[in-house]
Amino acid sequence: MALDKPYKDIPGTTIFDAEQSRLGFHLNQFCMSLMQAENRARFKADERAYLDEWPMSEEQKQAVLARDLNWCIRLGGNIYFLAKIGATDGKSFQQMAGSMTGMTEEEYRDMMISGGRSIQGNRRLGEDGSAQPHRQPQGKSNPKAGA
Amino acid sequence: MAAITASVYTSHVPAIGAALDLGKSGEPYWQKVFAGYEFSKRWLKDNTPDVIFLVYNDHANAFSLDLIPTFAIGCAPEFAIADEGWGPRPVPKVIGHPELAAHIAQSVIQDDFDLTVVNRMPVDHGLTVPLSLMCGQPEKWPCPVIPFAVNVVQYPVPSGRRCFNLGRAIRKAVASFDAPLKVQVWGTGGMSHQLQGPRAGLINREWDNAFLDRLIADPAGLSQMPHIDYVREAGSEGIELVMWLIARGAMGDESGPGTPRVAHRFYHVPASNTAVGHLILENT
Repeated sequence: MALDKPYKDIPGTTIFDAEQSRLGFHLNQFCMSLMQAENRARFKADERAYLDEWPMSEEQKQAVLARDLNWCIRLGGNIYFLAKIGATDGKSFQQMAGSMTGMTEEEYRDMMISGGRSIQGNRRLGEDGSAQPHRQPQGKSNPKAGA
Repeated sequence: MAAITASVYTSHVPAIGAALDLGKSGEPYWQKVFAGYEFSKRWLKDNTPDVIFLVYNDHANAFSLDLIPTFAIGCAPEFAIADEGWGPRPVPKVIGHPELAAHIAQSVIQDDFDLTVVNRMPVDHGLTVPLSLMCGQPEKWPCPVIPFAVNVVQYPVPSGRRCFNLGRAIRKAVASFDAPLKVQVWGTGGMSHQLQGPRAGLINREWDNAFLDRLIADPAGLSQMPHIDYVREAGSEGIELVMWLIARGAMGDESGPGTPRVAHRFYHVPASNTAVGHLILENT
């Protein structure tokens, strides 16, 4: 009998469960290696060569090179691990979180100052909130995001 | 005998630590956060315990995917400050209380909670930001701290019910320690926030405040709330709030003291991506 995973119907959300963790093991461990200054320097000097030292999938490497955090998360990345890439790039948690919404840094910061993203319409897939798949990417420059 | 005298609950947003460390705490954005802790700093000075049992989570710093302990108790004499990738925070190292920590481990494990005993680990912002919020920027922390790390990174995390019952077991353990120590239990993390995906930035003010109400008045009922409610309503990272139930269980209402006194309550949005919640409860 399959395990119950009721969190699969939350829009714009990937829960880092044992299945995702297994998928992303090498990707996340690569991220951990960036906690050491020497490794950060080697990664920055030649990202592709550094990534090739890890038994990650080619797609995981492409997602890291593109700094596409949503893509990394689909492939098993976890935000606390991926944050080490952000730290290497000199990015804050807010810049990283914002990058996954499609909003500009300013738009995301303004949303947070006005009280954050509303839960209305964002509890379940099929509703009409800002995190729903049919409204991505978000931000004023994108017509699908809506009001 | 040792006794639990109070519990403290607070968010542990890393940007709060960065704001302090970089001298930005006077900026209007951050003043609104720190203002909520002015009372708390005075309160802690007047009510300094002998030991703080600090429940927090590691954020992929001490623990990688090599090892994912659900509950880990720090039994070392001291703990280094982790370099999370931005360099270690410029705060004092954390002095532990190995005798009480080992005593709690022995008691709680025999009460069927399978703790991982940790004799060496760096501590990250989950532990140091609450200390900074409550103590400011001292030369050294006001008392020894027992770090208690809970896995809330890889799902499933422990249930609210298990956390609440663990708190009760910790209370029992502390009460059997043969020295007249005043112990505070701090529960940290939350409140509503989501750091990933298109739903990043989620805040649920109404849910957070209902959580605070129930944490005060109906913690046993609150402890029955399933994971999915935390994740759906308070965001994927809002699930950190289960850790508050460990501190609340340790207040031991039903074992005699009754409902604790609310010494302080604060709520503010935002600190970076997160809703900041804060409570101080005293056993009267």
